[in-house]
Amino acid sequence: MTRYAMIADLRRCVGCQTCTAACKQGNGTQPGVQWRRVLDMETGTYPNVRRVFVPVGCMHCDDPPCMSVCPSTATQKRPDGIVTIDYDLCIGCAYCAVACPYQARYKVDKATFAYGDTPMSSEDKYHDPGRIGVSTKCTFCVERIDNGVDRGETPGVDPEATPLCVNSCIAGALHFGDVDDPDSNVSQLLADNRHFRMHEELGTGPGFYYLWDHA
Amino acid sequence: MTGPAPQTQPNWDWRAAGNFIGGGAGSGLLILGGIGALYAPIPLVLVTGLALGLVAIGLTLVWLEIGRPWRFMHVFFNPQTSWMTREALVAVPLFVMGGLAAWFNDPWLCLGAGGVGFGFLYCQSRILTAAKGIPAWRDLSVVPLIMITGVTEGAGLLLAVILQAPGNGRWFLILFLFLLVVRLAAWLGYRWRLEAVGAPAETLKCLTDISRWFVPLGFALPVIGASTLLVIEPHALWTALGSGVLAVAGGWLLKYRLVTEAAYTQGFAVPLSPVRGQGSAGPGARPGWK
Repeated sequence: MTRYAMIADLRRCVGCQTCTAACKQGNGTQPGVQWRRVLDMETGTYPNVRRVFVPVGCMHCDDPPCMSVCPSTATQKRPDGIVTIDYDLCIGCAYCAVACPYQARYKVDKATFAYGDTPMSSEDKYHDPGRIGVSTKCTFCVERIDNGVDRGETPGVDPEATPLCVNSCIAGALHFGDVDDPDSNVSQLLADNRHFRMHEELGTGPGFYYLWDHA
Repeated sequence: MTGPAPQTQPNWDWRAAGNFIGGGAGSGLLILGGIGALYAPIPLVLVTGLALGLVAIGLTLVWLEIGRPWRFMHVFFNPQTSWMTREALVAVPLFVMGGLAAWFNDPWLCLGAGGVGFGFLYCQSRILTAAKGIPAWRDLSVVPLIMITGVTEGAGLLLAVILQAPGNGRWFLILFLFLLVVRLAAWLGYRWRLEAVGAPAETLKCLTDISRWFVPLGFALPVIGASTLLVIEPHALWTALGSGVLAVAGGWLLKYRLVTEAAYTQGFAVPLSPVRGQGSAGPGARPGWK
């Protein structure tokens, strides 16, 4: 089996938001919609404080609460672990948005652009009216993965088959691959490093790991 | 973009709250109307009409909130796991039985509709618990709170509509008082649970604020009114009206604020901060949580 997952190395992330920009550009998301974003968190108490940059987005959970609540079956989980939304089925009730503990889902009710009502050419190119009034979220760039696999490429290794945020990361903090393959890049990283998943106590089984120290 | 601390969920507004308000009170009125009609003649057409109207208004408000309203039939596609689908499915026999009860003026049909209404209420409460992203909703103690609130509103509505206990029966006033006490207990139990399992600090603050008016307005005053009717003057129309309206208003305001204001998101957390260089791991963070 294949189980795609993403890894963020918190030791490396510098909070530059290049992944956010790459995602927005590549997926043509509207202003205010960030399928991939990076949180700037402060920990500790003065004077012993630290900053941590934490990339977040859809965690493509093992047991996605967004899928079980969806009344229209628009949200589904593929056998490879990627959680998808069928925009033609979604009724835009936003039940999935309140069910997601990672605030990964967005619903916009009208088209907006960076500079008023008229889209720039780059926005016009990617604008999809089918995404208005429905729930949207990170797809792990599923088209790139599927097309890459069809070409015989390996997601997470070959850039053309890898999510845009991972490709764009300037610090090599983001990684993607198949955690069910013990020889994959992500399996090696998980074996060599100590890691956690966010809100693990909620039982969602996130497909997004955070590295924080060597094993 | 929002930071890592919990924020009020931006997706369900007063229209979603309207579904819990209308659906809860309507279902409760069917339940109490059915029970009341077995003991004394009550205007069943008025009662069932009002009850179904409230449920219909609630569902219409939700319909107005969804992004693609003309795809509303898709709501029936996932009865396997979605409580929203189940609520929609239960609404069908609710309207059929309620309509038949009004048509035939039959208390047993009204009681049957009340039974279905009980199922409708249960679905509504489970809609909230399945919303894992909202700590104020996902705890199971929401189930008894939403259900008893709906039933109590039904009793209050019945009292306010017919301006007396059905058949001037003491049993109804005792039942009403009992429901008010149980609703308060469910509210206190819910708050205790949330304090125990943890919730965003702003959620707990909001619940404290809700309690400040819910206890006197939604509990104490209706109890005083109902006690007056029970002990002193069973024919005091204004007292009956006031007690009923306050019991209903208390429940409506509670649900409105629970859905729109107390509903803070989970937020984000890290159990520790990463090792950098030759140093060691630092403390974690869970902004906005008590």
